[in-house]
Amino acid sequence: MIQIRNLIHDYLRRDEEGNVEGSQRAVDHVDLDVHAGEFIAILGHNGSGKSTLAKHINALLYPTEGTVTVDGMDTTDDQYLWKIRQEAGMVFQNPDNQIIGQVVEEDVGFGPENMGVPTEEIWERVNESLRIVQIEHLRKKSPNRLSGGQKQRVSIAGVIAMHPKCIIMDEPTAMLDPSGRKEVIRAARALNAVEGITVILITHYMEEAIYADRVFVMDQGKIAMQGTPREVFSDVERMKKLRLDVPQVTLLADALRQKGLDLPAGILTADELADALGLKPQNKPRKTESTDQKDTI
Amino acid sequence: MKEITLGQYYQTDSVLHRLDPRVKLVGTLCYIISLFIVNSWPGYVAVGLFLAVMIVLSRVPFSYIVRGMKAIAFILAVTVIFNLFMTPGEPLVSIWKLTVTREGLSFAIKMAVRLVFLIIGSSLMTLTTTPTQLTDALENLMGPLKKLHVPVHEISMMMSIALRFIPILMEETDKIEKAQMARGADFESKSIIQRVKSMVPILVPLFISAFRRANDLAMAMEARCYHGGEGRTRMKPLVYERRDFIAYVILAVFFGLCIAMRLLNL
Amino acid sequence: MIEVKDACYTYEAGTAMAVNAIDHITTTIPDGQFIGLIGHTGSGKSTFVQLLNGLIKCSSGQVLYNGEDINADGYDRRNLRSHVGLVFQYPEHQLFETDILTDVMFGPKNQGLSEEECRERAKEALLSVGFSERHFSQSPFDLSGGQKRRAAIAGVLAMRPDVLILDEPTAGLDPKGRDNILEMISELNRTHDITILLVSHSMEDVARYVERIMVMDSGHFILDGAPAEVFAQAEKLEEVGLAAPQITYIMRKLKARGLNIQTDALTYEEAAEEILKHRSELEALRTQE
Repeated sequence: MIQIRNLIHDYLRRDEEGNVEGSQRAVDHVDLDVHAGEFIAILGHNGSGKSTLAKHINALLYPTEGTVTVDGMDTTDDQYLWKIRQEAGMVFQNPDNQIIGQVVEEDVGFGPENMGVPTEEIWERVNESLRIVQIEHLRKKSPNRLSGGQKQRVSIAGVIAMHPKCIIMDEPTAMLDPSGRKEVIRAARALNAVEGITVILITHYMEEAIYADRVFVMDQGKIAMQGTPREVFSDVERMKKLRLDVPQVTLLADALRQKGLDLPAGILTADELADALGLKPQNKPRKTESTDQKDTI
Repeated sequence: MKEITLGQYYQTDSVLHRLDPRVKLVGTLCYIISLFIVNSWPGYVAVGLFLAVMIVLSRVPFSYIVRGMKAIAFILAVTVIFNLFMTPGEPLVSIWKLTVTREGLSFAIKMAVRLVFLIIGSSLMTLTTTPTQLTDALENLMGPLKKLHVPVHEISMMMSIALRFIPILMEETDKIEKAQMARGADFESKSIIQRVKSMVPILVPLFISAFRRANDLAMAMEARCYHGGEGRTRMKPLVYERRDFIAYVILAVFFGLCIAMRLLNL
Repeated sequence: MIEVKDACYTYEAGTAMAVNAIDHITTTIPDGQFIGLIGHTGSGKSTFVQLLNGLIKCSSGQVLYNGEDINADGYDRRNLRSHVGLVFQYPEHQLFETDILTDVMFGPKNQGLSEEECRERAKEALLSVGFSERHFSQSPFDLSGGQKRRAAIAGVLAMRPDVLILDEPTAGLDPKGRDNILEMISELNRTHDITILLVSHSMEDVARYVERIMVMDSGHFILDGAPAEVFAQAEKLEEVGLAAPQITYIMRKLKARGLNIQTDALTYEEAAEEILKHRSELEALRTQE
């Protein structure tokens, strides 16, 4: 679906006359393959190059060196520009700065309008997209009256209406509160699982990366770690060094292991920890029901 | 600033609401012109009647419209007073050094009536038309100007983006003002120079934020395949219906009547 | 010390859209405390903090600062704001000068201090949030997100407040930036003895640092106490759309599985310690198998 080969991106600094003063390497020799239908998470600090990387997939930025191909189309090839932007949709961080329409449904129709989709089909696509992210009841509302999570779902619907094969979400939850974050992640997961759309989620919240098929950790423009969430989070030392969050239960297991308890690496849930500690599931009815729903991080 | 209800879209279902926005735009234009064509009392009565019928048809409560007028009461008062005292002619009453003339009185009343009619009439359009419909209508009506290389689509896109961001920037201004007040800024100072100076800590962050938003928005639009007006389709295209043609006919009759009244000196 | 007595605040008062953002709140914030104020969006926490420094006036009830009613006629509220500093959400959006030192001097200047004094205070504030001298002449717009935010916090600190209120100071920051800010705030509380009120919607953020947690929902406090006390009522937190920290749930799970441990650990280190107390128990379990 997406192939990134030896990608380098330098940001150029220019002086007042527009001459190049210097450059800063934002993405440094990155290779990345994303297969159709995958859910990929890219973790990393601000300035680690993850957003720069993402903007290459949508042809908003072009490689300084290396190549990026989407569905076999080279992003530097002008004839594919609009096709690429339609196939690889993008959701950005700030919910206020990406909604163009003054009414939710009009905003969702914006992409198809630009693509020249006939009116009747625009309506079908808009209805379908609103249904997928479950905001049909908000269709006539002004975006200014929505919560952060709702706004981001409008943006996602706007991308879905373009019928993309892949959605790149560039820190869609960074400016939201916990419930808004859950809303957006739920929508992203449903998109991947039900609609089969490839999702690339860029985030710095590790609890959102847990759901991914594969996680890439970026640091200083390079891919520092990659693998399944379990593989990546089990390397607690490395994650701590990169000053990224690790699930509390993984940290706890790690601390216990260091104190001499014999525990396997890569514990991601409280149940796994309990099993590893040799605690048997209790047969009697549990009093603390609510703990069950919450402990999967 | 927040209490401006003058001409803000009033949601209800009426003939006027359902009318094609192009008809309303053309209609308002004709109405305004007719206000300046007629200059006799019978003329004003005719225009007033037309306006009254429109208000009834719009189903917008009259009190709601009047409330919006408060914002312009001051301008209205100034206009009336100026005309009342400054028009030379046959004196009626003298107060101190000011004289009210017969001509002045008649002129002031006519002026006031015109202004009130003008504002109610044009606000009736915005009361019954959403900003989106309005920009769509404008883009459509100005279509022929494209041949003269006027960037019609861009202008209308800019207008709708502006309308979308005004509330956001208003809220932001409020936030920045409070944040600076928390740093001890004084916005209640008396002298004008002080007051202008005290605006800097609000305006600079506001501009920066506006630019940042513009940048983000441009990128988001590009990512959604926006590439100008060419090859664009519409989700809600403007289509004339029977009622729109009827409205045009009524409008033509009204406009013709106004011209006739002027020509016949009625 | 700040005392709030039966305070209410209503938005759009007198209209059909009237909302009681603050609903009969009575509480006391003693000097030197480090408090976490938790609630979801719309719970009234941002409104509450604005009441405390007189940016908005309560519709009824009183707010007292050191015993004086801050809404009384003639009370100097501008002066109050230098004692009760408030850092808004995304405070970096208020930066406006060409270099950070001048920007931080804005607050002291408004207090009417001399240029020299302003500069001194600004330098001190910038140093205390982790900047070094060489940064002083930098433009705020060349800084990273986390740095900008620290500069903006310095802008309030330079007024030498006795109470510092921060409205979601870690919003939108990455884990590194977040930890830096929280460490810095905690440091201010320890070494400068500044009373801190930290508004957040993350339990994880505050669990490690604060000594008292106030939980807000629909305009009033539903829980108020030491972190362990508050987290013990996880069910009540869930009712209002919040949750206890992950570690609380982990410990509860282990207890439910038959390990006889205390479940009030606030950090994973404390949790590990608690579990290790039962080492022999765990080893016995294994040998059974």
